[in-house]
Amino acid sequence: MINQIAVFLENRKGRIGDCCEVLKHAGVNLCSMSIADTTDFGILRMMTDDNDKALFYLKAAGFMCAAVPLVAMQVPDKPGALADILIALDKAGVNIDYLYSFAGAGENAHIGFKTNEPQKAEKVLTEAGVKII
Amino acid sequence: MKYFQPELETMSAADRRALQSERLVSTVKYVYERQKPYREKMDAIKLRPSDIKGIEDIWKLPYTQKSDLRNSYPFGMMAATRKELVRLHASSATTGKLTVSGYTKHDIDVWADCAARSLVMAGADEESIVHVCYGYGLFTGGLGMHYGAEKLGAIAVPASAGNTQRQLQLLADFGADIICCTPSYAIYLIEEMEKAGLKPGRDIKLKGGCFGAEAWTEEMRAEIERRLGIRACDIYGLSEISGPGVSGDCEYKTGMHFQDDHYFPEIVDTETLEPLPMGERGELVITTLDRTGMPLIRYRTRDIAALDDTPCPCGRTTIRMKRITGRSDDMLIIRGVNVFPSQIESILLKDPYVQPHYHINVDRVNNLDTLEIVVELSPDAMSDTMSEIEAIRSRLSAEMASGISVTAKITLVSPGTIERSEGKSKRITDRRKIK
Repeated sequence: MINQIAVFLENRKGRIGDCCEVLKHAGVNLCSMSIADTTDFGILRMMTDDNDKALFYLKAAGFMCAAVPLVAMQVPDKPGALADILIALDKAGVNIDYLYSFAGAGENAHIGFKTNEPQKAEKVLTEAGVKII
Repeated sequence: MKYFQPELETMSAADRRALQSERLVSTVKYVYERQKPYREKMDAIKLRPSDIKGIEDIWKLPYTQKSDLRNSYPFGMMAATRKELVRLHASSATTGKLTVSGYTKHDIDVWADCAARSLVMAGADEESIVHVCYGYGLFTGGLGMHYGAEKLGAIAVPASAGNTQRQLQLLADFGADIICCTPSYAIYLIEEMEKAGLKPGRDIKLKGGCFGAEAWTEEMRAEIERRLGIRACDIYGLSEISGPGVSGDCEYKTGMHFQDDHYFPEIVDTETLEPLPMGERGELVITTLDRTGMPLIRYRTRDIAALDDTPCPCGRTTIRMKRITGRSDDMLIIRGVNVFPSQIESILLKDPYVQPHYHINVDRVNNLDTLEIVVELSPDAMSDTMSEIEAIRSRLSAEMASGISVTAKITLVSPGTIERSEGKSKRITDRRKIK
């Protein structure tokens, strides 16, 4: 499991920029970012090199945020690799709320996903020979 | 048909005054005997019913406020027995409790007379088809105009509110000549009519309308009259007194004829409560002169208006009331529904996922009132999934719909976003331009 930070953003000009500026001043490096949005608000999800520090500074700057764990895995960089894993998870009855990729070293793709059954998901991944981060 | 009740609507000033005096004297005796809150108020200032000898003594009587009705919720203000009462209506009060109004058969009858007078002023007669698209229910608009139409001998079409396509079909098929609705809904109907290719005069036979339950402008009146080719009359009323028809415009639109043989108006200073000279703007105060279910003495409506006693070319001799230009409290009227910010606040306070830091935005978009409530999320409400935050919003939205009877757009913002202010905060922005 790895940690990500979720930040609530009103749909207002410059809000993502404001958030990144806080991280810049805190000296925190971003590894990945994903945004879900509606017409009125969005949730920015991100991974950083120092989540605790990022959370501390974002909260101090008035952002509403929380640390939320994700199941993270290495997926071989070839066609169909992700599909096979997702099918296996589905067969085991593991639901995925959302997923996104993040930067990592080496040949493989790095994917993090949110599920309400992380233990079960990790068991399925281990059985399928997928490397968990 | 020129008048519905010519002998009452055109009586001489002296006769009117004599009738008002006689009715006030007996109403004061009646309330002293039958309504404990009034007996207590009068005893407190050592005023005896016999001290009121005519309408000129009305200023001696104590005021009644919405809080008096709230404190006696639900039936403490009723003067009539359960056997005598035949109907209840209600409107919203500040704290979520309702303001209840009770009517005897006689009260419904008087109210219907007044609504019929307004319908005639808008051009109705015994052969009219009156399309009522005010809501039917605790709100007095629908049933008030309905009973007025029947009293007149016209044909009432109880279409009630909503379902615009059906409203258009009924208007076209039944060929109603008179319509009753809020002015903003009238404009919305006109737009939908044009979209549907229905032409006033050819497909729509309307010639007059009673439009009320919300503030509107002379520009809106001109627009409704031009686009529909009708006479658009303003109509005023409130459930505490009776309902629509307390006053209404005649064809000359020189101010609304106040049915002052039944409901006596005064204008007082909002701060000092001293009566103001004729023509000056202030708070409208109404005394019911012959109501038996729930008479009200000098009821403070909180509506800001002015009176006019100059003669009207129509021949009616009632006093007239200028357009309502505001409120002396913070009540909002949204799509005809009374909404108090305190009702909104109490709903927000009950929800642990939001904080009671909020701002209310009211606007009029395409001639329909819109209500937006911007509220801060509670810091603990943070979630990384959209569905959880959406659920907070949809739950609040449903609570508002049931709590204030108006659909509100809920906008969630981060904690600390809404400006804090010392003392009385400015929590409402009303962008509707109504003067």
